[in-house]
Amino acid sequence: MEDTKAYKTAAFWIVFILVFALAPLRMTSNYQIILANQILIWGLFAVAFNMLFGVTGMLSFGQALYFGLGAYAVGLSFKYLGASWFLPAIGMGLVGAVVISILVGLLIIRVSGVFFTVLTLAFGQLVWQITFRWYNFTGGDDGIQGIIPPGILGDRIAYYYFTLCLVLLSIWFLRRLVHSPMGLTLRCLRQNPDRLRFLGRSVRYNQLGIYMISSCFAALAGSLMAGVNNSIHTDMLYWTTSGEVILMSVLGGIGQFFGPFIGAAVIIIIQEVVGAKTEFWPLIIGLTMMVMVLLLPKGLVGEARLLGNRLKSFAGGNRG
Amino acid sequence: MEALLVLDNVEKAFGGLRVTSGVSFSLMPGDISAIIGPNGAGKTTLFNQITGYLMPDKGSIAFQGEEITGLTTQEIVARGMGRAFQITSIFPEETVLDNVRLACLSRLNQTRKVFRPVSRFKEATDKAYAILESLGLKGQADRPAFELAHGDQKLLDIGTALGLEPKLLLLDEPTSGMSPEERQLTRELIKRLWREFNLTLLFIEHDMDTVFGIAQVVMVLQMGRLLAQGTPDEIRNNPEVVTAYLGEAVS
Repeated sequence: MEDTKAYKTAAFWIVFILVFALAPLRMTSNYQIILANQILIWGLFAVAFNMLFGVTGMLSFGQALYFGLGAYAVGLSFKYLGASWFLPAIGMGLVGAVVISILVGLLIIRVSGVFFTVLTLAFGQLVWQITFRWYNFTGGDDGIQGIIPPGILGDRIAYYYFTLCLVLLSIWFLRRLVHSPMGLTLRCLRQNPDRLRFLGRSVRYNQLGIYMISSCFAALAGSLMAGVNNSIHTDMLYWTTSGEVILMSVLGGIGQFFGPFIGAAVIIIIQEVVGAKTEFWPLIIGLTMMVMVLLLPKGLVGEARLLGNRLKSFAGGNRG
Repeated sequence: MEALLVLDNVEKAFGGLRVTSGVSFSLMPGDISAIIGPNGAGKTTLFNQITGYLMPDKGSIAFQGEEITGLTTQEIVARGMGRAFQITSIFPEETVLDNVRLACLSRLNQTRKVFRPVSRFKEATDKAYAILESLGLKGQADRPAFELAHGDQKLLDIGTALGLEPKLLLLDEPTSGMSPEERQLTRELIKRLWREFNLTLLFIEHDMDTVFGIAQVVMVLQMGRLLAQGTPDEIRNNPEVVTAYLGEAVS
């Protein structure tokens, strides 16, 4: 049983890596590479977000703060220090995310449930507002344009593989985390926080820990996005960005590790395919979300697995 | 021999309602003691104060000779106290094994590890299997906990507390909701666990067969006050206790 599970996991990773590694060979335009790149980055952002929401049960409506933080770390370094600061700037964004998530986290994990959600939203909007108003430094709603990664990373395809490596490493790490003792602790925290206390573990400490980890990967996703779009904008800090990552996670399924990644891919593809035909594409996303939440609440990946299990037990029943 | 747990004049009120009033007692290491009393006597509230879930208004609680009044639940648990709950408290979506394994990991202070999968933590895993074995739950180790029958969930709750290797184990109505046959089995199980894990036990119970069957010391709580304390025989023959609580049932 353990063996077949290990084979399945290995097979899944191989397919996952091959699809994204070989994708550029089949692509004819820069535009398609950008799209694949965005799927990778939003996928990472959503998977990291879901460590908070699906795993630990903390609904943050302010992860745009960290996504934008990473993006602005790269953008501002580019603007004031030069293109050669691209890689160090990603590191700076990560350090910034650690510091800010601990400071903000210490303030907001004192409350739980909807109060936590509202506070994350408030902090996110606060940072957005500052960035928006501080025109001289941040460029306000003009954002920062012309961010071309230095050296070989300036090449679309090279940058794509650079992103692919970082996203794969990050997702692999988060996957390990889910199955580790800390991952078990976080899942148990969601199901029964009182019992966790009676096992001698701190609820707050674990919440702060995962808030920090999730925010770091959000910042990484933000920095990588700056290089894909070659520009950054205050929208990356706006609450709609936080909302989008929630939609992606719910669509893909918050009970599944890869659910949010698939959700991100589907939403981005809908935006592109439907957006090319009509400006009413948000309507399609809205309808899709409604159908999902009402009829398929476990999300795409969750419902697919449920169906798979049912088919298997049906087939097994016929045999026996 | 030094007492393991000492309560000295513990008081607690919710508004005007005195739920614990001047309760003092001590438990010797290795004892099995029971707290009995009618509903609303303040039994669970007393457990909540011993485990730091509620803070007493007055008085002190000492565990292994050290004051623990005012410490958090986590700190008290880390000093060697475990608790199973009246309303079964488990992690429903996790497997039976992982429920217990988390407690074992917590005991070994390994819950901060982020990289290796839980199954690679051999010491915790072996210990969890050993506990499931003594509870007779090993065959269901890989099932999600919510699928277990009510009685088995209660056992799992106790097993989770055992994963902490507690010196003192508090059980809140271990046989509630069980059939007479299950109760009989649970009584035997509790006695066996007590020997196997070198426990000091304090339990709340309404089922008198369980109380008088396994307790060496019985304490009677009524309206927050300790009405009587003694061996099962002394309690059975205490006229005050008989009129207040036991009534005709055991006379």
